[in-house]
Amino acid sequence: MTQMTFHDAVEAALHEEMARDSRVLMFGEGTATKRKGLLKAFGPQRVRNTPLAEGIIAGTAAGAAATGLRPVVDLLFAPFLCFAMDELVNSAGKLRYMSGGQFSFPMVALAMTGGGWSVGAQHNHNLEAWFVHAPGLKVVMPSTPADAKGLMKAAIRDENPVLFFMDIGLAFAPGEVPETDEVVPLGKAAVRREGRDVTLISYAKTTHTCLAAAEALAAEGVSAEVVDLRTLKPLDEATILASVRKTGRAILVHEASRLCGVGAEVAALISEQAFEALRAPILRLTGPDAPAPASYPLEQAFAPQADAIAGAARQLVARMLEAAPIW
Amino acid sequence: MTPSGTVSTRQDLLATMLRIRAYEEKIVAFHAAGPFPNVCTSVGQEAAAVGVVSALRPEDQILTNHRSAGHLLARGADPGRMLAEVMGRSTGYCQGRSGTLHISVKELGVVLTSTIVGGELSLAPGVALSRAMLGGEGIVVCFFGDGAACEGIFHESLNLASVWNLPVLYVCENNQWQAFVHRKETMVGDHVAPWAAPYGIDSLTVDGNDVEAVCKAALRAAAQVRETRRPFLLEAWTYRQRGHMEPHDQSYVDPAEIEAWMAKDPIARLEARLLEAGELTADGLEALHAQARQAIEDAATFAATSPYPDPADLATGVYA
Repeated sequence: MTQMTFHDAVEAALHEEMARDSRVLMFGEGTATKRKGLLKAFGPQRVRNTPLAEGIIAGTAAGAAATGLRPVVDLLFAPFLCFAMDELVNSAGKLRYMSGGQFSFPMVALAMTGGGWSVGAQHNHNLEAWFVHAPGLKVVMPSTPADAKGLMKAAIRDENPVLFFMDIGLAFAPGEVPETDEVVPLGKAAVRREGRDVTLISYAKTTHTCLAAAEALAAEGVSAEVVDLRTLKPLDEATILASVRKTGRAILVHEASRLCGVGAEVAALISEQAFEALRAPILRLTGPDAPAPASYPLEQAFAPQADAIAGAARQLVARMLEAAPIW
Repeated sequence: MTPSGTVSTRQDLLATMLRIRAYEEKIVAFHAAGPFPNVCTSVGQEAAAVGVVSALRPEDQILTNHRSAGHLLARGADPGRMLAEVMGRSTGYCQGRSGTLHISVKELGVVLTSTIVGGELSLAPGVALSRAMLGGEGIVVCFFGDGAACEGIFHESLNLASVWNLPVLYVCENNQWQAFVHRKETMVGDHVAPWAAPYGIDSLTVDGNDVEAVCKAALRAAAQVRETRRPFLLEAWTYRQRGHMEPHDQSYVDPAEIEAWMAKDPIARLEARLLEAGELTADGLEALHAQARQAIEDAATFAATSPYPDPADLATGVYA
């Protein structure tokens, strides 16, 4: 294990995978400028700067992926993906199926999002659920440097297009990262803390908020389990359902806004498949239906807070203690 | 047929154009006869397709657009498997998942038929990047229309292909119409070729209804791309003889324009040339027509008697 920031962990994964497979290349806005280590190790053919034109970056990745390369593209900030929706959704996501399996699209699109840098709504928009809704794409959004490394390695080795979202608020947070060639499989959630009374389900930065809430709850005798989804598509349904069947209560937490968000999907999954285990309504704590503000205090308030999560958990548990009708 | 790349005789060129016309006419007939998937035909644009594709080699790759039947057939695609795809049958090139508008044929190097106008332009540099990095002599040909040239991605594509020195032969089939709108309403200037120069890309405009002229221009353009490993833009000046889609409707088109272009029909022009030169007799010509029609009838029979895919497999193959 070694201490590394999230950002450096991603870079380490890129380095290892590019060394492992000569078909892997990376290009994007400022990629060769900012990733000097990669440029030095792998040269200007495999580490390239591009125009500030997300459509052609993503399209070029899709074309290259279909014909033998394994590109990773850096599109910088998630809202910029709006300029690449056609290439990601209509081409990379659909063309394997539409070609009857003749072509595959092994590529990774990297983008940052979330509060932390006061960059405002055209740089900060948690739109990961849009891509969960699009067939043919996989979506990951890790919460720790170790997962960032392991999931990036898995994403690069996957035969499908993977959207890799990096939480801005975590970019320079350090963490323990294995120095070995450890791949974190796509589609596997992690139970970050075990508990009996309530399951807090989250991903990326708000996983840590849930852990803080769980700590506060523990002091009061409420035992919260924290599930970190890590991959949003494919979703690890088994881990989610096993946890909720154990605790009987679920709270979904994410910075992305509520309507049709990942939390809605997980809540529907639980009510469809674990309804009999529920002892309280499923709750969601999310960002509001609003563009992300730039002002630091507003930006921080946008994401769910530990106090609110702990409060919601207390409510759910108290309902049961009072043995009152719960809904 | 095998992928093109060998020198074509004038009769070969004619035979391929006739096959494309017969294919499109069969589709029109199917559509008129009853419920049939929506289709966009390439009637009138056969010379552009055949002229360019006959200049290619087996190792070259093609990306094209929703009027792709000509490109596919000229490349040697089996009309039976194409029609099966159009009719949603499991024997289609894409197992019925693409339909008429998105046929790709990996074994012939046809990477994509895009119905997103400009989708082919967005993927072309990446396909060429693979060629540049993985070796091989092949070049990438990207067919698009004047409508797609008005998309931002056209400019992004040319810029990147030029900056990165990618072997893309851009072929604009300027067929005068952008869906239901004449290009004069929506495009500055008449031609797309001049838009290449600001990106440092050489270009050439050719009479797209003269298959021999197209073939000659395409050979020259492709040779330059092969040699320089840099992009080139070839504009074929042609005409869409039918409405944007079936059922055929050109009520919004000036009849004088239609008349002028029908007089330049690419097939009639080559036929007249061959008859005049004594390379073909009237009987020989009729035999070529009959041969093309028969090939398409056989293809239609194959397609119509092919099974539909199993609905149980509807959601398979989304992920690798």
